[in-house]
Amino acid sequence: MLRGLWRLTWLEIKIFVREPLGVIGTIFIPVLIFVVLGRVIGPRARAGIPDAPRFLSADLAIFVSVLIAASAVLSLVAIVAIYREGGILKRLRATPLRPHTILAAQVMVKLLSTAVTLALMILAGRRYYPVDADVPIVSFTLALLLSTLSIVSIGFVIASVVPTARFAQPIGTLIIYPMMAFSGLFVPIESLPPTAQTIARMLPFTPAVSLLRGIWHGEGWYRHAGDAAALALMFVIFTAVSSKVFRWE
Amino acid sequence: MLRPAVQVSGIRKTYGRTVAVNDVSFDVRPGEIFGLIGPNGAGKTTTMECVEGLRTPDRGAISVLGLDPRRDAYSLQKRIGVQLQEAQLQKRIKVWEAVALWASLYQKPGNGDRLIEQLGLSDKRNAWFMTLSGGQKQRLFIALALINDPELVFLDELTTGLDPQARRAIWDLVRGIRQRGKTVLLTTHLMEEAERLCDRVAIIDHGRIVDVGTPAELVRRHCPEHTVVVETDDEAAAARFRDIPQVDSVTSEGFRVTIRGRGDDLVTQVIQRLAEHRMRVVDFRTEAPTLEDVFLRLTGHAIRE
Repeated sequence: MLRGLWRLTWLEIKIFVREPLGVIGTIFIPVLIFVVLGRVIGPRARAGIPDAPRFLSADLAIFVSVLIAASAVLSLVAIVAIYREGGILKRLRATPLRPHTILAAQVMVKLLSTAVTLALMILAGRRYYPVDADVPIVSFTLALLLSTLSIVSIGFVIASVVPTARFAQPIGTLIIYPMMAFSGLFVPIESLPPTAQTIARMLPFTPAVSLLRGIWHGEGWYRHAGDAAALALMFVIFTAVSSKVFRWE
Repeated sequence: MLRPAVQVSGIRKTYGRTVAVNDVSFDVRPGEIFGLIGPNGAGKTTTMECVEGLRTPDRGAISVLGLDPRRDAYSLQKRIGVQLQEAQLQKRIKVWEAVALWASLYQKPGNGDRLIEQLGLSDKRNAWFMTLSGGQKQRLFIALALINDPELVFLDELTTGLDPQARRAIWDLVRGIRQRGKTVLLTTHLMEEAERLCDRVAIIDHGRIVDVGTPAELVRRHCPEHTVVVETDDEAAAARFRDIPQVDSVTSEGFRVTIRGRGDDLVTQVIQRLAEHRMRVVDFRTEAPTLEDVFLRLTGHAIRE
């Protein structure tokens, strides 16, 4: 049922790499900013500003991960919109390719570019950011994968219906950024008014932030089973909805 | 007789208040090139996309290779090849990559390299899609439509925007498809293309089929008149042609006499008069009506307005 997925993914990777601006924008600029910030804040952090080390060693990783996932959503939406507008989807429709294969290939490309960006950040940023040696890397990677998939699946739904590339960016941003604002990443959820708390708990970024933060701090998966289940459920629901509403043109 | 490759009966499709296709019926026979012809916006593409299974008609029935294009979409996709109007590919996909991707989507793909060669794209194998000319893009789309060795090929406005030379090359390719025993359903707004390429055509205007037949049949049926233009210095020429029974009108302009009439016999009659009266002829030509004239006659307007 996913006939053509590997070839399409491989092709999309090659096509992605052939556009130098895209590669620079998605991979090198974030790494560059990360390193420059590290050079600026790093020394002060080591000089002992009270909250800085905690932020740098823990929340920074979560922050970066979520931001990258959000930008992956936006670029997924943009690419699919361009494909729709340009008639590429229409052409693919007349083949045995299914919509979820097209989306899946894009997601794999996004996951890969996310992984490359993060790996480069870790390599380049090692000198500037003190990271605890006891961070459970494998668990965190898994949590990151689950969170990214779940966040990207919101992108499926937007990407499935957004008519043109010009719409894609603002619509994506309008949906993604408020979700991020209420995710507990910037402001603890507990300090929000009750209604906002309820809404926040239903948004996909919230369990993602909670899971990533927990795993990073060495809390076990069993304490975050609810988060993980919520993310998995959202992934399933959003994917199902998107293949229902998917528009080819 | 063989079962039709495509059978369309009474389909209708509306978009909001606009009726795009209204009670359209036609059959496509196996092994023929069948053309839907008409001006832009006549409903050709909508009809074709209903047959391809990309759209669902509001009413009517379609059978393609004995299958329902919507219900049996998956089993049909293996047996048909589609070239769409105004389709694009990824800007930076290479020619061979597109062919290989398409080949990977089918269980029994044809030989992609051979197709690239047959369509004259060998030296563009490694070129990005965005760098191809209009004709090269169309040839690539034809290659993609043929990759699964389909029994039935759909070609939608495939030579639009091409120069005459590229157009002729594509016509040869389409004839090649027929030669291999495939059936072709195409749309075009170019009457010359329909006349030279199609075994049978359906003239479609404002969402309705006006008539169906071979180009020659349609011309005979709707525009039986012939025109003979003779240039002669014989001053009595016009009068001598006027008493040919099939003649409708004779007009003369200086040395040029234009004889209009109907029936296959007209030209013979004119030649006989020329011989009988030993008229000196400087120039002689006949003008046969074309599909373009048929279209004008049937719809009351030219195909391009």
